[in-house]
Amino acid sequence: MLIKKAPDLSESEVTPKALFVKRREFIAAAGVTAAAVATNGLGLFGGNEEVAAQNPDAQKLPNLVKGPFGTDEKMNSYKDVTTYNNFYEFGTRKEDPAAYAHTLRPRPWSVVVEGQCGKPGTYNIEDIMKWAPIEERIYRMRCVEAWSMVIPWAGYPMSKFLERFQPTSRAKYVEFRTLVDTKQMPGQTEPALPWPYHEGLRMDEAMHPLTLLGLGLYGEVLPNQNGAPLRLVVPWKYGFKSIKSIVRVSFTETEPVNTWKKMQSAEYGFYANVNPQVDHPRWSQGSERRLGEFFRRKTLMFNGYGDRVASLYAGMDLRRNY
Amino acid sequence: MRNEGLGTRDQLNSTQWRRRVFKPVVWLLCLAPLAYLIYSLSLDLGANPIETVTNFTGIWTLRFIMVTLAVTPLRWLTGINQLVNYRRLVGLFAFFYAALHFIVYIVTTFFIEGFSNFDAPGLVADLTTRPYIIAGFTAFVLMVPLALTSTTGWIRRLGGKNWNLLHRLIYITAMAAVLHYYWKVSVKLVPVNPRNYGILVAILLGWRLWRSVARRRASEA
Repeated sequence: MLIKKAPDLSESEVTPKALFVKRREFIAAAGVTAAAVATNGLGLFGGNEEVAAQNPDAQKLPNLVKGPFGTDEKMNSYKDVTTYNNFYEFGTRKEDPAAYAHTLRPRPWSVVVEGQCGKPGTYNIEDIMKWAPIEERIYRMRCVEAWSMVIPWAGYPMSKFLERFQPTSRAKYVEFRTLVDTKQMPGQTEPALPWPYHEGLRMDEAMHPLTLLGLGLYGEVLPNQNGAPLRLVVPWKYGFKSIKSIVRVSFTETEPVNTWKKMQSAEYGFYANVNPQVDHPRWSQGSERRLGEFFRRKTLMFNGYGDRVASLYAGMDLRRNY
Repeated sequence: MRNEGLGTRDQLNSTQWRRRVFKPVVWLLCLAPLAYLIYSLSLDLGANPIETVTNFTGIWTLRFIMVTLAVTPLRWLTGINQLVNYRRLVGLFAFFYAALHFIVYIVTTFFIEGFSNFDAPGLVADLTTRPYIIAGFTAFVLMVPLALTSTTGWIRRLGGKNWNLLHRLIYITAMAAVLHYYWKVSVKLVPVNPRNYGILVAILLGWRLWRSVARRRASEA
């Protein structure tokens, strides 16, 4: 008999927190190295187990509710999601953020809101976290480097966040900025990118129901290396659009210049929609490696979210607006 | 052949030292990265094991090319001409790691969702339009004739002069391999590792150029 997993099963339902905390304590006690060998030994392309958490006292998000738009695809492990990151503020290698992001202090944290809106000001993270029920949403994440993961995010719709500030009719775009602080983000002592990292969305993209204000993953507050304490999650765009550790939100009339477009405009554009038909100059975007799988899989238009977002780009030449 | 058996009390002559001691040591050193790779397959290779294996075989190819190129300058420096006896072995291992790197790239990039679905247009597009792939593929392809003509028989057939000329292809391979690495990592940032390999290749090749120019001048004078 084929037993199919319910499509939008919450990870907190799959594994009760109490149980995986116990398991983690056990694993931690057994020693991190031993745990890595035991859980991953020979299981090169199989493991989806809960592996010892980076942050053993990670705070669980209370009252997590099941959100819409789930996927029944196999999720990447907590370890995959938290040890393979592009977050140049902590170094340019994938393993750097996990190793060095402990210097980031996600509390206290505040976000400055400015530009074309009725309620500019400074808002602190404790309040922001209470503005809407926090949902779990299992999304595909496709990096421009042609790898992908499936991640159980926690957060609430970006629209509920942005509406608080009452954007005016002149607000056509929203720009986000990451913290700049070489003490907290030692990678910023290197000119790897022009700091601060900044990203932007068109207002209708930002207000789209799929667009998430990310506050956690795997039912816990965001680990530092994943962009604590708050980040953007736009699942139909390449990962670099989903800016981390946001400190500033600006409503603008004109299209903001995002960091990677500024760096290499031939390779990265403003829209950065996942699009298998438009190749990156250095590699094909037609296929991707889902972490944990041996063979590549075909990349889906808009990362498989086309039925919900394609209408945002009706009439646009996506070859030019890459 | 009187002294073939180990444990003889006779002193080993230089040929025997080479055969019984140095050659096996060089073999073991050349196999060490492969042994480490196989060993680490049983450990944790991180979230993206294929990338780890690809990078590992790529970087060791580059290192073996560097060692191969360093043999001649080392002879000049130290006067130990016997070093040339190990150059072929190191060069063949460079080819071996390059072949592993190439196979991993082909298999894990162009078979989509299984061995029955090969993305030939994707491969053609990669080989014709992507500079870093073109550089890497050039480096690899130019190593093939070098590996094939590495035997003593081929040296005899081609004649030392022609053989030496042919094997200068390794200079192009070395430059293309560094470009491949550099373009893979970035087109704009100047990453430290590709830059350092670039400097090393510039020294190893520049040295040869400088010497040949100096010699020509000396013979003209």
